[in-house]
This record gives sequence, structure tokens and C-alpha cells, in this order.
Amino acid sequence: MNLETNKKYKLIISLIFEVIFVIAGLFLSIAYGSKSIPLSDIAGYFLGSNDDAFQIAVISARIPRTVFGLLAGAALGVSGALMQSITRNPIADPSILGVNTGASLMVVIGIAYLGISSGIELIGLSFVGALLTAFFVYAIASVGYGGANSIKLALAGAAVSTALGALVNTIMLPDSQVMKEFRFWQVGSISGATWEDVRLLIPFFIIGIVFAVACSSALNALSLGDEMAVSLGVKVGQIRIVSAVAGVLLCAAVTALAGPIGFVGLMMPHIVRQLIGNDMRIIVPMSAIGGAGLLTFSDVLGRVLGRPGELEVGIITAIVGAPVFIWIVWKTKTRSI
Amino acid sequence: MTCKELEDNLRKIYKRQWIRTAACLSLFVVIIVVLGVLMMTLGNTNYSLKEVVQYLFSDETKGGAYTIKTLRLPKLIVGGLAGFAFGISGYTFQSLLRNPLASPDIIGVTAGSSAAAVFCILILGISGTAASVFAVVAGLVVTGLILLLSGKGKSFSSRMILIGIGFQAILNALISWMLLVGSEYDVATALRWLRGSLNSVQMSDVPVTLVVTVIASGLLFVCNRYLRMMQLGDEYAKALGVPLTATRVCCMVCALILSAVATAATGPIASVAFLSGPIAQRVLRNSSGTMVLSGLVGTILVYASELVSKNVFTTSYPVGVITGLLGAPYLLFLLLNLNKKGEKI
Repeated sequence: MNLETNKKYKLIISLIFEVIFVIAGLFLSIAYGSKSIPLSDIAGYFLGSNDDAFQIAVISARIPRTVFGLLAGAALGVSGALMQSITRNPIADPSILGVNTGASLMVVIGIAYLGISSGIELIGLSFVGALLTAFFVYAIASVGYGGANSIKLALAGAAVSTALGALVNTIMLPDSQVMKEFRFWQVGSISGATWEDVRLLIPFFIIGIVFAVACSSALNALSLGDEMAVSLGVKVGQIRIVSAVAGVLLCAAVTALAGPIGFVGLMMPHIVRQLIGNDMRIIVPMSAIGGAGLLTFSDVLGRVLGRPGELEVGIITAIVGAPVFIWIVWKTKTRSI
Repeated sequence: MTCKELEDNLRKIYKRQWIRTAACLSLFVVIIVVLGVLMMTLGNTNYSLKEVVQYLFSDETKGGAYTIKTLRLPKLIVGGLAGFAFGISGYTFQSLLRNPLASPDIIGVTAGSSAAAVFCILILGISGTAASVFAVVAGLVVTGLILLLSGKGKSFSSRMILIGIGFQAILNALISWMLLVGSEYDVATALRWLRGSLNSVQMSDVPVTLVVTVIASGLLFVCNRYLRMMQLGDEYAKALGVPLTATRVCCMVCALILSAVATAATGPIASVAFLSGPIAQRVLRNSSGTMVLSGLVGTILVYASELVSKNVFTTSYPVGVITGLLGAPYLLFLLLNLNKKGEKI
């Protein structure tokens, strides 16, 4: 009983912290940039009492970017939580598993051969690439002795992304126009996000999150092992496939629109798990909220550090993620690596 | 069976293995010579062997002599040395970490050198020797960091692989960012350099590459004996009197220097380090000549890919793209094979 209430308090406190984190990120993201705007004026904008035309223009340009950042962060957080849960593996993340390179390959094919540059078609292509790569890497890693442990998964991901990277270069090198377009895509950035991007992301976001939430209690059972899950009445194969598709869909949609942003999906579920334990029903929403906060904060940080221009958010998350990744490797027990 | 018979049998087996090793090594050397001759003769203009030799020993500096002496000869020498260095360093890493996938290009060692070189070219605007030195130093520093962070004890190799891959992901993000920030003119240079290419190789690169390759691979040949014993597992190796830590450190440092120097000379020629060791092992099993052979295989891979990229395709791809494409099917083969054997990766 006592334990139960204790857990509830912990949950409520972490939730409050995360919500504060997100709201602070939201305001900072609107306030900071090459032209900073005082918080009082932002409040004025929302209440309709701010008449400064310049400030209004700046704020309304930053809002879609912020909204996109929040959605993308949440999507990446949930995607990481799903992938880690399905593979029963602490280091599963799109950037480690080579899923991003798969998406890159399809995008570069689209740009080079199919003449595609519209958002929805790029999402489709990068989704196909990401999905194929994810299943391929997982299949490679799970063959042989011991199933898909961290080492095999990471090595398979790295090797596949080396091979796919060579293909990307084969397509890109002879064509300087493709190279020019692609190198902007290659770095994860949300700086150019528009309402159009937000509108494109929302349906994928909703589908992915709904499936993730729907699967979460079955994933709890799955974490006890396949036999146990079956005896609890869980359709193991179906749940695996549905949640894997949902996870890949979330990260592929973000990758297609913003480019590869690594380590958000890796970090957030671990932090959440450290705070409130292993219940997927809680991890999924908490990773979503935390991921949203993390991505907006990284974006703000990039703008502050990179003045007068800005550092792309993909670089910031990689730098912030590095120590967390090493911590995770150390924390994972020797046997399970 | 008496003691004498047993001894005779063992002698026979050893002799047979020795002959096999010698035969394979000489065969591969012959292949290298043939490919080398092809590299010198084929190209935009084809020369006959006689002309090539004439130009090599003439004092002319124009026309054919320029092509042969200034364009093709450095490619031949530096490309061969780099392939050798990549092959040996890949074999060493794979044996040391007991994992066929754990070659320096996959676990982030070469990524450090690449990132440093790109930084020099794009951000600092320097190239040439300074960039190479910087690349070697950065490669060593990054690997030092990876080793340091991997700690000690039983799970050292697993941690090292994971942390190396993590580092590679981060360095790749940094490289993409530098490519974005750099001026468009330099990006093409940096990108070609990133993929591994013999196009910008010069005669002045030869001495450093040669000396370092010879010294480092010489040291590795000395350690090879212990390295092979370590294949049996740490406990057995210890019982056989192998100085474990010393061997590990010596091998690691030499392999690292080799791959860093080769990367500085040609850029990271993808998959050469990854492919050479296993090919050599398939040919010679675990004989004492496997290490040398993997170096030779590396050279062959570089020469063959360079020939293919220059003469088969209409666009002249850098050599690293061709070797990178070779890596993909091999990877599949490797993993399917492991599945059959049920072996632990």
C-alpha cells in the first residue's frame, strides 16, 4: 500500500517536472533566436494586447517551428520507447540501428531518380526505407546464438549503415545538384519547419501514438518473456509487428521532414525508466512529453550557442546524447550486453 | 602409435601447412603484381608495358612520363600501402575483439580521423600534410577515449564495440554538420576525401606512409604469435605464457596507427579493413601467415576496385565507393553463415 502511494507521488512529481520542462521549452523557443523577445511580450501576443508588428511577425514565424519541435520530440521519444521494448534492448535507437541511413537512401533515390521534393512523398519513401532497414537489421541481429543482444544489434546496424552509406554516395557523388539538396537534409534540423510540415506530421503522429498506447499493456506482458506473454493471452507476433510499425512510422515521419535527429529516442525512455520504473503504460506518455521538452530545449540551445546563426538540433542532441549513451552502456549488466 | 610416429605426423602436418601458406602468399603476390601492371598501363590513355618502363626510367617530365610518374606511380604505391595497412589493422582488431564485424571502420576508429580531416579542410581551410597529421592525432585521441571509457575486465570488448559505435554516430552527425556549414567548393573535396580516394595522392605522401606501415606492421608480425594464442581464449593464452595486457596494448596501438596513417593518406577506403581479414582466414584458416595475407588481400581489393572504378563506369567513382558496395553482400554472407553454425557473433 505504502509502496503504491509512494509510486504515485513519484509519478505525479515527475509528470509535473516534465510539464514544466515542456512549457519552459515552449516559451524559450518562441523567445530566443537572433532577435530575443521578452516573455511579457509573448504573453501579450497570446492575449492579443501586443501591437508591435515586428514582434508579431517574429513570434508567428517561430510558432510553427516550436509546434513541430514538440511533436517531433514526442514522436521520437515514443518511437525509442517502443523499439527498446520490442527488442528488449537498451540501446535501440534509430541512429544506432542504421534506420536513419535506410531512410536517407530512399530519400536520396527519390531526389535523384524520381524527381521528388514534396513532403508527403518523401515521408512515404523514407518510411519504406526505414521500415525495411529496421526489419533487416533486426533479422540479421537475431540470427544465431543468443538472439538479438545489444552487441549484435549495434554491429548489424553499423555494418548495414556502412553499406547503405556507400550506396548513398554512389548515387550522390556524380550529381552536384542532388548533393546540394541532400546535404541540407542530412543534418537533422527543425529550423525550416512550417505549418505545412506540422499538418503533414500530425496524422502520422496520431496514428503512431494511438497504436503505441494501445499496445503498451501488452508490451508489459511481453517484457516477461514470450512464453509468459502467450500464457497471459497476448498475441505476441501481432503485438510485435504492430508496435514495430508504429515505432518506425513515428521516427520515419520525423526523419523525412526534419532529417535524422538521433539520440532523443535513446535518452528519454531511459531517463523515464530511471524515475518511475518499467511500466510501459507510463513510459510511453512520459517519453512523449519528455522527448517534446528535450527537442525544443536542444533547439533553443542550438540557437543560443550558434549565434548569430544557429546550430542544427541534430548536432545538439548528438552531443547531449553521447554521455547518456555511455552511461547506458555502463549501466547495462555485462551478461546482457 | 609411438612417440616417433606422432612426431612424424605432426611434422608432416606442419610442413603441409607451411607449403600451403607459402603457395598462397606467392599466389597473392603474383595477383598484386598483375593488378599493379594493369594499373600502370590502363587508364585514359593505355600504354604498353615497355613504354611504362621506359617512361619510369627516363628524365622526361611531360606527356606520358607525367601520367606515369606523377599520376599513376603514387597511386600504385600509396594505394597498395594503404590497402595493406587497412587489411592488417582490420585483421588485428577482428582477432583481438574476437568478432568478425569489429573492424576499425565499423567501430568508429576511422571516423575520428575523418572528422578531424573534414574539420581541417572545411572549417580551418588547411589541407595537405597538416591535415593528415591532425587526422592521425585525432584518430588516436578518439580511440584512446573509446578505450578509456570502455573500462577494464571481462566486458571490455563488448563495451568497446558499443561505445565505438556510439562515437561513430556522433562523429557522423558532426561531419554532416561540417559539410553543411562549409563552402560548397570545399565540400566536394572533403566528401571525396571522406569516401576514400586515390585521386589526390602525391609522391610526397610515400615516405611517411611507407615508414609507418613498415614499422607498425613489423611490430604486429612480432605480436602475431601471441595474438594467435589469444584466439584460444584468455585463460588458455595466459596458461601458455602470453603477456596479455602488453600484447593487447601493443596490437591495439599498432593497428590504430596503421589505420590512422592509411586514412590520412587516402581517406577511409570503406570495407577494406572489414573484408580483408575474413577473406584471408577463409583461404589460410588460422595459419601464421594469415596476418600477412590479410594485408595482401587489402592491397588487392584496393587495386581491383581502383581498376574497376576507372575503367568500367562512365563516372569515375572514388575507390571507397566500390569497396563499400563490395562490403554489403559479404556482410549478408557472413551473417547467414553465422546463423548456420549457430555461432556467437
